Amino acid sequence: MIEFTLWDILRNLLLATRWTILLSLVSFVGGGIVGLVVMFMRISANKAVATAARAYIELFQGTPLLMQLFLAFFGLALLGMTVPAWLAAGLALILWTASFLAEIWRGCVEAIAKGQWEASASLGMGRIQQLRYVILPQALRIAIPPTVGFSVQVVKGTALTSIIGFVELTKAGTAVTNATFQPFTVYGLVALIYFALCWPLSRTSQVLERKLNVAHHNH
Amino acid sequence: MSLITITEVKKRFGDNEVLKGINLDVDKGEVIAIIGKSGSGKSTLLRCVNGLETINDGSISVAGAQLLPGEAALKALRLKIGMIFQSFNLFPHLSAGRNVMLSQMVVKKTPKPQAEEMARRMLDRVGLLHKFDAYPDELSGGQQQRVAIARALAMEPLGLLCDEITSALDPELVNEVLAVVKELASEGMTLLMVTHEMRFARDVCDRVVFMHEGRVHEIGAPDTVFSNPQTPELKQFLGML
Repeated sequence: MIEFTLWDILRNLLLATRWTILLSLVSFVGGGIVGLVVMFMRISANKAVATAARAYIELFQGTPLLMQLFLAFFGLALLGMTVPAWLAAGLALILWTASFLAEIWRGCVEAIAKGQWEASASLGMGRIQQLRYVILPQALRIAIPPTVGFSVQVVKGTALTSIIGFVELTKAGTAVTNATFQPFTVYGLVALIYFALCWPLSRTSQVLERKLNVAHHNH
Repeated sequence: MSLITITEVKKRFGDNEVLKGINLDVDKGEVIAIIGKSGSGKSTLLRCVNGLETINDGSISVAGAQLLPGEAALKALRLKIGMIFQSFNLFPHLSAGRNVMLSQMVVKKTPKPQAEEMARRMLDRVGLLHKFDAYPDELSGGQQQRVAIARALAMEPLGLLCDEITSALDPELVNEVLAVVKELASEGMTLLMVTHEMRFARDVCDRVVFMHEGRVHEIGAPDTVFSNPQTPELKQFLGML
């Protein structure tokens, strides 16, 4: 039987971590773009558009991410489309992330005092101008901490894509365990790597929150 | 010739009729104070004139611009008349100067140098040129309100709506704001203001409107309204009963 050193295990896990990081980035950036569109639809004055956005958000927040991955992977395959695991994983995570970011950001926009809308309206600005110059710059400030905080959920969410066969950190952990028969060591390392990815993010979120709250004078 | 024409305006919030048919014409250069108990509809009336509230019946026009739904019509109306709010509503992420410049550049497409020049002139007019680069949270309430006045003036409106603009201020800061308003009045600016400053209304205004339960209950020159109120409601409001 082949002996595996701790370094062998760690090296394989770290190589797979690249895919976890890449998938997290793609999901977060893609989800951010889609989420921004959904957020604008959600706060639209057009009732039908706002309702469609709300339905989207409720659908993706109200079903397990795992089911969304299954549907993207197996569901599209049933329709005759061959979807590689990375595509299904990326797609499902982007749509899932978008639903949460849209709602987080909507909350930030609605947290801006009504007087800001009224003052900018009374000066003759249209809705787009109000958003662009008055509301969003203020909403952005308060949106940064929860957005960074949510990125932790995205990183952890990528672990589920191992189930549809995308080889990222968790999937690699399973493969390495099968070869080494050292589940405690391997999954312990996997957990540590996730922690090393997530902890700086949650710390950043906390620091930003404190900074943006306290330093109201540093414009 | 009247600048603001308010005709048979009715406004309901659900079952609650807040304005029950208001008629009021404001001449160019006229200064009018609207007084009355809270809930009498005075603030709502002011907000209707600026299109911040829709009306259920009647019509409002300012210098030919009608109050109609739709962004273009509202913009036309709001370019004719500015509004000052009780809570100042300065944009907190912009300096005082930028607050005054923003809408000129965004709405009127004024080039930046001209907008800045206008901002300096307007801040000077309210005595705050030296605060051009200060942010709202570095200003006192009275200063913030004066910046808000400068911001509205920079759009060169024909008139200003003032919605209890001194009510959120500490007593010692009220006068600096009223002084600015008084000067505007003397320069011929048309002002329609909801106020609790009775002395000010008496000294500065051409006419006083007493609103009661969604109607114009009494209207007249300040001397008449304050010294010789006709209705028991106004007498009671003025503390004469």
